[in-house]
Amino acid sequence: MIVYILKRLAIAIPTLLTLIIASFVLMHVAPGGPFTAERAVPPEVLANLNAKYGLDQPLWKQIGTYLWNVVAHFDFGPSFTYKDRSVNDIIAQGFPVTLTYGFLSFITAVLVGVSLGVTAAIKRNSWLDYLAVGISIGAQVLPNFVMAPILVLIFTLALHWLPGGGWSFDDPRFWIMPVIALSTSYMASIARITRSSMLETLSSNHIRTARAKGLPKRKIILRHALKPALLPVISYLGPAFVSMITGSVIVDVYFTTGGIGKSFVDSALNRDYAVMMGITILLGTLTILFNLVVDIIYGWIDPKIRY
Amino acid sequence: MVIDETKMTSLAEATSREDVAGRSLWADARRRFFRNKAAIFGLGLLIFVVSFALFGNWLAAWNNSDIDYDVMGDAMASAPSFANGHYFGADDLGRDLFARTVQGTQISLLVGVIGTLIAVSVGTVYGAISGYFGGRVDGFMMRLVDILLAIPYMFVLILLLVMYGRSIGMLFVGVGLISWLEMARIVRGQTLTLKNREYVEAARAIGVPAPTIIRRHILPNLVGVVVVFATLLVPLMILTESFISFLGLGVQEPQTSLGALISEGAGTMSYGTLWQLAFPLFFFVITLFGFYFVGDGLRDALDPKER
Repeated sequence: MIVYILKRLAIAIPTLLTLIIASFVLMHVAPGGPFTAERAVPPEVLANLNAKYGLDQPLWKQIGTYLWNVVAHFDFGPSFTYKDRSVNDIIAQGFPVTLTYGFLSFITAVLVGVSLGVTAAIKRNSWLDYLAVGISIGAQVLPNFVMAPILVLIFTLALHWLPGGGWSFDDPRFWIMPVIALSTSYMASIARITRSSMLETLSSNHIRTARAKGLPKRKIILRHALKPALLPVISYLGPAFVSMITGSVIVDVYFTTGGIGKSFVDSALNRDYAVMMGITILLGTLTILFNLVVDIIYGWIDPKIRY
Repeated sequence: MVIDETKMTSLAEATSREDVAGRSLWADARRRFFRNKAAIFGLGLLIFVVSFALFGNWLAAWNNSDIDYDVMGDAMASAPSFANGHYFGADDLGRDLFARTVQGTQISLLVGVIGTLIAVSVGTVYGAISGYFGGRVDGFMMRLVDILLAIPYMFVLILLLVMYGRSIGMLFVGVGLISWLEMARIVRGQTLTLKNREYVEAARAIGVPAPTIIRRHILPNLVGVVVVFATLLVPLMILTESFISFLGLGVQEPQTSLGALISEGAGTMSYGTLWQLAFPLFFFVITLFGFYFVGDGLRDALDPKER
């Protein structure tokens, strides 16, 4: 097990370094620099500025400095657009919000998706099964940027039940629509995967044996069927996490929740490369860590996995 | 929505099985496909959407860039009506929504198809080379894929779009380049089994060079997987493009795409101009449904298994 975890780590670390170096090189070769303004700056001043911020150093040295600051001090440097805010400030402001509703959405998607899938598989070909399958097909074509306007249309404009945007940590009414918009399509995918793998597991030999020796149905499902049936779901969680993180950008923009997704889009429109890179690296790290956790859980549940 | 890898692997096995005397795999598949109601329904939807994109402009009474000053800025006058030729109504600038939807559908389909072509060609070649040569080459090439798969691509794509200009060409290439990884994995897996077949061994024995073996003996056997994967990839490409355009970072005016139109519609729906959201959304949804149903139908036709 330890060797397995170390091997996973041996992939995760170079991935992280690749991400940081690749985005730095991309930024470096992009046309225009942080001091390219509408007003022409005298070349001497520009040289001074470049020297001050270390931009006259060779590329590998700049990468080294950036890498060192990011890894050792968790410092993404100053913003290119805002005078008084560093990239860290921007992230510190928005990240808690994104993390809160992202976590809630993830939990919702997994819990509702798995229970829907299991129920559909147990009661195969009942109305409940058809409902679950119907929902999961329908939700495939309702990504977050389609769900968001539809939800606002129903719950804000028509029914006046929920606020159409904004965020408050104290008032759960602000959380409902972001969570639904973000989790629906993943919930549907998880339900579909759970259903088909549960059906497969239920027809396997060890379940037949359990049934033959007279175990109650509840026990069969919870003790013997659920664990193997969840394996494909667990391997789906990695990709689902990535696209949920991506989807949070839509939620932040559409519901003005003030999360880092909005900062990302704003910085993209302002060409604030430092903020973009900071957020990309932060979310990339989160993804890589999450994949690591998923791999470890997978190796722990499935005894066949040993590299 | 992520393409289910276990199903793709099982499909790869099914299409690479050696033919038994009798009906060929493809004749069987065609028969099964046309008996599948959902697949035929999807095919119908796709034919409808494609003909709408191709011939819609013949029906349109307005050009997609002309401004109708009679309805501009008047929410009620820009409602859908046959009298003034705005079958789908007009947008907030008084442009005909029917012509705009035709244009948006064209662009979305184009992004989907071109992006998929790029992803499929890069992925197939990469996977075939990696699988065929095996050993250390394979190890290195696949480790690279693992590393790249863990990077949240949407952010890198937005980074690219911002740094190198938001052109449609960049969007095509970027969207295509982010999804060849899964294709490469699947193709590699199948190549590994194919390269041990007797005919490949025979070809090697008489001295056929490796590139020719890959082209003549490996690639033709991959057609089934590639076709199914491509069909399921098109809607993902359309989703990606719409996602970016929804944020205002993708297709730029005067060009438009379904994502951009949905974004505009979602922005104005609080004024009661629901048709501005409804029509683009309708075409978006049926396009995705069409591709999903046809893709699933093709997969089930090529790999008939009780699920």
